[in-house]
Amino acid sequence: MTIAPENTETEVPEGHVKLVVDGEEVIAPEGELLIRTAERLGTVIPRFCDHPLLDPAGACRQCLVEVEMNGRPMPKPQASCTMTVADGMVVKTQKSSRVAEKAQEGVMELLLINHPLDCPICDKGGECPLQNQAMAHGRSTSRFVDTKRTFPKPISISTQVLLDRERCVLCQRCTRFSDQIAGDPFIDLLERGVHQQIGTAETADIHNSASHTSSGTPFQSYFSGNTIQICPVGALTSAAYRFRSRPFDLVSSPSVCEHCSSGCALRTDFRRGKVMRRLAGDDPDVNEEWSCDKGRFAFRYAAAKDRIRKPMVRDESGELVEASWTEALRRAADALVAARESNGAGVLTGGRLTVEDAYAYTKFARITLRSNDIDFRARPHSAEELDFLASSVVGTTPEHVSYASLEKASAVLCVAFEPEDESPIVFLRLRKAARDKGTKVFHIGQWTTSSVRKTFGELLACEPGGEAAAVDGIAEHAKDLDAALSSDDAVVLVGDRAAEVPGLFGAVTRLAERTGTRVAWVPRRAGERGALEAGAVPTLLPGGAPVSDASARATLETSWGLDSGTMPAEPGRDTAAMLAAAASGELDALVVGGVDPDDLPDPAAAREALANVGFVLSLEMRPSAVTEHADVVLPIAPVDEKTGTFLDWEGRVRPFSITLEGTGALPDCRVLDTLAVEMDADLFTQTAQAAWSDFSRSRVVSAHQGSNPDQHSRPAASTPDTPDGTVRLATWRQLIDNGSLQVEEPHLAGTARDAVLRMSAATAERHGVTRGERATISTERGALTLPVEFTDLPDDVVWAPARSPESIRSVLGAGHGASVALSGGAR
Amino acid sequence: MADPITPVLTKRWLSPNSWRLSTYEQLEGYTAVKKALRKPPEQMVALIKDAGLRGRGGAGFPAGVKWSFMPQADKGAAKPHYLVINADEGEPGTCKDIPLMMADPHSLIEGCIIASYAMRAHHCFIYVRGEVLHCIRRLNAAVREAYDAGYLGKDILGSGFDLDIVVHAGAGAYICGEETALLDSLEGRRGQPRLKPPFPAAAGLYAKPTTVNNVETIATVPYIVNGGSDWFREMGTEKSPGPKIFSISGHVEQPGQYEAPLGTTLRELLELAGGMKDGIPLKFWTPGGSSTPMFTADHLDVPLDFEGAAEAGSMLGTTAIMVFNETVSVPWAVMKWTQFYEHESCGKCTPCREGTFWLAQVLERMVAGKGTEEDIDTMLDVCDNILGRSFCALGDGAVSPIESGIKYFRDEFLALCEDNKSKQSEAELVGAKA
Ligand SMILES: Cc1cc2nc3c(=O)[nH]c(=O)nc-3n(C[C@H](O)[C@H](O)[C@H](O)COP(=O)(O)O)c2cc1C
Ligand code: SF4
Ligand code: FES
Repeated sequence: MTIAPENTETEVPEGHVKLVVDGEEVIAPEGELLIRTAERLGTVIPRFCDHPLLDPAGACRQCLVEVEMNGRPMPKPQASCTMTVADGMVVKTQKSSRVAEKAQEGVMELLLINHPLDCPICDKGGECPLQNQAMAHGRSTSRFVDTKRTFPKPISISTQVLLDRERCVLCQRCTRFSDQIAGDPFIDLLERGVHQQIGTAETADIHNSASHTSSGTPFQSYFSGNTIQICPVGALTSAAYRFRSRPFDLVSSPSVCEHCSSGCALRTDFRRGKVMRRLAGDDPDVNEEWSCDKGRFAFRYAAAKDRIRKPMVRDESGELVEASWTEALRRAADALVAARESNGAGVLTGGRLTVEDAYAYTKFARITLRSNDIDFRARPHSAEELDFLASSVVGTTPEHVSYASLEKASAVLCVAFEPEDESPIVFLRLRKAARDKGTKVFHIGQWTTSSVRKTFGELLACEPGGEAAAVDGIAEHAKDLDAALSSDDAVVLVGDRAAEVPGLFGAVTRLAERTGTRVAWVPRRAGERGALEAGAVPTLLPGGAPVSDASARATLETSWGLDSGTMPAEPGRDTAAMLAAAASGELDALVVGGVDPDDLPDPAAAREALANVGFVLSLEMRPSAVTEHADVVLPIAPVDEKTGTFLDWEGRVRPFSITLEGTGALPDCRVLDTLAVEMDADLFTQTAQAAWSDFSRSRVVSAHQGSNPDQHSRPAASTPDTPDGTVRLATWRQLIDNGSLQVEEPHLAGTARDAVLRMSAATAERHGVTRGERATISTERGALTLPVEFTDLPDDVVWAPARSPESIRSVLGAGHGASVALSGGAR
Repeated sequence: MADPITPVLTKRWLSPNSWRLSTYEQLEGYTAVKKALRKPPEQMVALIKDAGLRGRGGAGFPAGVKWSFMPQADKGAAKPHYLVINADEGEPGTCKDIPLMMADPHSLIEGCIIASYAMRAHHCFIYVRGEVLHCIRRLNAAVREAYDAGYLGKDILGSGFDLDIVVHAGAGAYICGEETALLDSLEGRRGQPRLKPPFPAAAGLYAKPTTVNNVETIATVPYIVNGGSDWFREMGTEKSPGPKIFSISGHVEQPGQYEAPLGTTLRELLELAGGMKDGIPLKFWTPGGSSTPMFTADHLDVPLDFEGAAEAGSMLGTTAIMVFNETVSVPWAVMKWTQFYEHESCGKCTPCREGTFWLAQVLERMVAGKGTEEDIDTMLDVCDNILGRSFCALGDGAVSPIESGIKYFRDEFLALCEDNKSKQSEAELVGAKA
């Protein structure tokens, strides 16, 4: 019985219980599972189905322990992963109970009878919970001499996940992850007994219509890679990584995802200078233990065959040819000095920079080019957005709104934001909040998207472009939401698509002022939040003080060691204005970071500007629409080959250090620093460390919080009528599409959602479109034909993905909220 | 006690058209419900508790106690309550619920009304094993008759109590008789047992308070309402009161359903069934289906109630008495049963899924003359690793035939290995082809 001495007077705090584990007295919070209590004492109970982020299953029976309650032993050993602590309980793990130890050995032996002994060729060999626990808790030999159950190997769960069924121990972690965490039940258990197996609708004998969408296509998941990582054996493997490497040959480096603003901690595994795979890192504050498939699988762009590794200059014949750094820098410096002394040069940084690199661009523009013509926004943008960023976003940290606050919120309103496509980890957290904590999630959008469904959300549908009016209408038309937003812990999340809707930022600001709710901005790209903070915008300095603030400029001039009054005082041009100026000759040169013209508000105009402007300097990794027009191309390093810091949407600092050393690739900050020297300026950004400390020292926070976005045009009460035969277009990007960082990843591409044109049945009928066929949307500029899917969109509204595969902006010259012609069939 | 009693549960079975409402009504039918609906629901729960009625589905859990776990809140704001009747009857050898529903479906329906009333449920589901179409048809017809006569539906017999009964065809798996797997199956999912807690009384069908009872348990209720708890306790033993339907199969002259009070012995039952077939002596038998450890001729006088069977090292189970005479090989019978469990293991937990697969192979090999003495010890140890380690009681049941078979008839297993011994010296690695 209890070994605890009688006179123990340990205080048991409120909400806690006292129990004995292996003779040791412990205080544990109510509701804690025995397996965790033991773990806190340093006793690892073997387990397979248990996972701290999944609901308990008790299926594998590996974690059995002996339990006594009220002095009476329970007749059977209990699963420590499902039983919670209780006052006076006495628990004996394998350490102090032969019964528990034998039960664990027994289950281990049973798990192994049908497990193939193919460890030497299995991806998991060397990092396998089954292998490790079998060594620690199993018998040295098996008594099983009969015939093992086998399966034909392997089956494809998706283009990127393969399943070797005979290795599976049926712990259900993968199915529970898909069902509980991701909300994509694309795999499930099939059959029974020893024939039980994981399968999909395709592999099931009985065709399961429930696992199909209405259009008959199987469900897909943006999170399927997590199942590979949590599989405790080598049953689920990645098509890209399978058989490529052994864990003990790999060197692991903690890293941060460069794709979106979620800020996932990752682990990058490499071998002999080559990244072999990426895994989700464990960061309870951010991504917990998950990542999306883009973050996990899209890293091969850095090893692409066409990667630019040497500087290039355009020769007399108009060809880009390799050149020495000296020559390329000289050419660039000369051209930029000339431009500066004439009409000036503008800087388009792109949204994928680290804080350090963005800061180097900021300094390069302000000091070397003596201009505020700099903008990180390589996407639709507006002055109203800039005001919002200045007044509500810059300088905020996770203290304002964080992942944890989403989980604690009683209500979250998503405005012009499609969490699953734009910030998958925010999506997972919203789903968790809604599923486990009862958070009510509202979405102002156009249709019941997967994000709405899987966050158990409520859609407040409006026309594209009508979002601002919808936000203004909350007080009157959505009283429950209005009340919910007035509670202390409510949060509004705004996506970067809001910049396409005039008046929306103003409406959101009014809403926040009226209800007191906190607002956070969730941009799509990993670099946007950091670039804002670094001052890579025409109106703000590093730290967020306005360019127009003389004292802020003076402070910065001092810390930057500039002569007083040398900083340009006038706000600069934004991306669109710079491109227009470049096209018309009002700017002589453009310095361009990672920008894809197809993402810009008017891709045709952007291409024209690049073609017409006197000089283009491109800092790039791979040939692009910008390098096509560049006079000088300077190669820069991908994230794996540099050190740096991202700021995630919360404003959380996400530093990472170099994974692959000695490749010779240079980060943007170093390239710009050297180029500046050629132009007789010193940026002090030769390394990321130097850039970061200079940035930390120099940021100027101003008391003046910028102008209120509310000053911009108020939304019209309703969107203007669409002319006859036309419909209004809703559009945004899907997570997996033709983005430039997703190249060379066919397995990932295979899991992209189909590109379809969505509309209501009534809209289809009105415009002569038939279900299951194709339809065309068009403008004067062009036409796009896609298969039709009926969806609950408002009448006379269509939705199409923005870049799957074609760029809507390129083809139609139109974006979210535009009116386009709709007709049945192809054109 | 030794005398066959006047039948209670089966008293109408031999009447012409016993399944018809009219027959039922002529023979006391629907008299209990009229009494019950006039009393407060709690009184019904108390009555069943006092009567000491124990569940007839296998585990023998006191029905009144189970009913009292249901939240007491009346209808209105509270969640709906459900009564679910377990008519899956999957335990090998068990053949009492289906005959009962064929011969006297209205006794079940009347029981359902009273039990639903007692637990404030307005929906009752009868989950019938899907293979017995004829029984499902009969039950459906009886439910229709009951609706037409006003025993079901709105405001039953003017009492203000509403009840709907849905007859649901099961999904054809032994595991769907396990009550939580049954609930999953009833909800349209794959039948696999659920993690408890929460128990069905807290979150059962559609996560609402639910009671699952066996057919015979509920069909017994109207008699208790009419006869009272003291009358009920006159039959059976103190801790296992009441009458019981024993399904007797195998090597007896007249297999079938025999009603007798709990505590009756096999010796007495054999008399009712006309004795051993062709006079060939009894070798082994199960008291309550294959999941209950087998007995031998030494156990002819064990009182067949929950306590008596347990004291003698087995369980009363479903009182499915399978009788085997001396012509039957124990290892062969054990192999057949084990193949059943291997086939029916749901696959959720490791011990049962993998263990039954292993044990079936060892037994098949042994019956084929390729076993070793070591295999016997291995089997017993594997059984020890399954018993009490599985997720649900199916795994526990699966080891019963093996453990008890080896306990009473080890020699027969050994004899099968003898033959193999000589061969073994030639080839050392028998069966090693993993
Ligand atoms: C594998 C397994 C199969 C079962 N099959 C049945 C069955 O077919 N019919 C039944 O009434 N109970 C069956 N049970 C028992 C039920 O789980 C449950 O205990 C019973 O329905 C409760 O009813 P009672 O309290 O009226 O006996 C089964 C249990 C297990 C573990
Ligand atoms: S014991 Fe385990 S595998 Fe067997 S039926 Fe129950 S849950 Fe399923
Ligand atoms: S880890 Fe506890 S049952 Fe699987």
